Amino acid sequence: MTKPRSPGALLIARLLRRRIVVASLAVIALIVGAAILAPWVAPYGPTKMDIVHRLKPPVSLHWFGTDDFGRDVLTRTLYGARVSLSVGLMVVVLASLLGTALGLFAGYIRKLDAALMRFTDALMAFPDILLAIALLAGLGPSLFNVVLALGIVYTPRVARVVRGATLVLRELQFVEAAEALGASDARIMLVHLLPNLVSPLIVQGTFIFAYAILTEAALSFLGAGVPPTTPTWGNMIAGSQQYMNQADWLIMAPGLAIVLTVLSLQIVGDGLRDALDPKLQRLM
Amino acid sequence: MTAYLSRRFAGMVVVMLMVAAIVFVIARVVPGDPAAVMLGSNATPADVAALRTQLGLDQPLPVQFVLYIRDILSFNLGNSIFLNRPVVDAMLDRAELTSWLTGLSVAIAVLIGVPVGVLAAVRRGTLLDQAVTAVSMLAASLPSFWVGLTLIEYLAVRLGWFPVAGYGNPGAGLGERLHHLILPAVALGLPNSALIIRFTRTSMLDVLHEDYVRTARAKGLGPWAVIIKHAFRNALIPVLTVIGLTIATLIGGAIVTETVFGLPGVGNLIVSAVLRRDYPVIQGALLIISGLYVLINMAVDLLYAVVDPRVRY
Repeated sequence: MTKPRSPGALLIARLLRRRIVVASLAVIALIVGAAILAPWVAPYGPTKMDIVHRLKPPVSLHWFGTDDFGRDVLTRTLYGARVSLSVGLMVVVLASLLGTALGLFAGYIRKLDAALMRFTDALMAFPDILLAIALLAGLGPSLFNVVLALGIVYTPRVARVVRGATLVLRELQFVEAAEALGASDARIMLVHLLPNLVSPLIVQGTFIFAYAILTEAALSFLGAGVPPTTPTWGNMIAGSQQYMNQADWLIMAPGLAIVLTVLSLQIVGDGLRDALDPKLQRLM
Repeated sequence: MTAYLSRRFAGMVVVMLMVAAIVFVIARVVPGDPAAVMLGSNATPADVAALRTQLGLDQPLPVQFVLYIRDILSFNLGNSIFLNRPVVDAMLDRAELTSWLTGLSVAIAVLIGVPVGVLAAVRRGTLLDQAVTAVSMLAASLPSFWVGLTLIEYLAVRLGWFPVAGYGNPGAGLGERLHHLILPAVALGLPNSALIIRFTRTSMLDVLHEDYVRTARAKGLGPWAVIIKHAFRNALIPVLTVIGLTIATLIGGAIVTETVFGLPGVGNLIVSAVLRRDYPVIQGALLIISGLYVLINMAVDLLYAVVDPRVRY
């Protein structure tokens, strides 16, 4: 008889069974690693200008060419990863905190359900990008405000998933038992319900990470996001627009970085969802 | 039916009120005095005070909210500070272009999404199915502005097949207008076909296992007759929902696409308003677009009954 494995180990084993998921995890690890190690692995300094060699096509010295100030595009893409990935991660944290609170209250406290859910319906009635730029128009463009705006934009998605899971959980016997023992609402939500919400939160968080990177890039592109002096993938593409005729390689590195990161995150998110879905487990 | 309709309508009114309240709050979280921000640093205190009175900002908040709701109900969304004309008029002027762009993009997304999704489901597990899944995931990861810039550079600038930007001369005919809209519609519609592909595929897979599909096959109907008449029609409801959502997403996406392609539509108006801090325009755009979203969702709900006669409200 084999030793029973912990749910976590089982999940990881099930996740790693699919090669495409493993490959995507490797890509994410590579991009995150490159972002963290940018000051050491980047071939040049992020603001080092070399006007003589401006707008040079990709060569062995500059793998992705140089921009209008003669800055190395690969270097700036690596530094851009630091900002774009941090924004994505912070948005996931903020939206998860707000959305979990909202979803738990709506799902567990029946009196609040209708009001809180109509509120999330109303928030979801705005297209993501429109709500984000409207918030940023008021708050002003800055890294912190982009995180705040996108955190608010993605809160309803978390809230809906958490509420749905809470509605199922609250009917289960362990919650009933805790209620019978006289546990307070706060205790039931934090000690008994919250730990059971971790898996749907991780799945949702992975997708929000991907969406946040895409939306942040679009916001920066529109000039309403992270100020243009900070290299983010969106800002690099926005800044290269006018040089497209002379230097079409400028948008390649940041564009591919966005596509690769978002694609890998979505594949991992799908893989996680399949691995956590009890319906699919029976089929496997 | 009447009972359902009135319940659905009441729910819609509640959501719209919440939407209005959110917009009201957003317009008032502006740090500092909105009137001063709008007028810029050259304004005299008297100008600022006059604008505050004109906008009703000197009233207590509850009074402001009541006045604001009254204005919305009479379709008065205020005047654009920069354009110096009613927000509703400015939006209506530009609505035609944005409607065409959104309509074409939805058509592209649906015309790619639905057939490809059906095909992937029918050929489940084959190389084709896997390729479709891979390509749709890739499409969903593409930033539409990046696709747009790439299309402009290669198909418009280098090959000259399409206009580089804009919407043609003021008197341009329908053909020329459409020619200007093809690339933007592709840039906007293509990434959004991914969701439709995935939903259609999943929905078809659910249905293809049903007994009535087996029965239809057993009585000797051709494979495609079964797929289209028996399976697809029943798979349509989730697909309709996602098409409704796609329309809403595309209205948001138009903001970015119109900027990339220099199209003078509603999206362009919104971006200029954000950069100029023209708050009445931003506020009006939020209200009108979210109102459309709520209406589209309601229309999709009502369409269910048309598609599926079993659905009785």
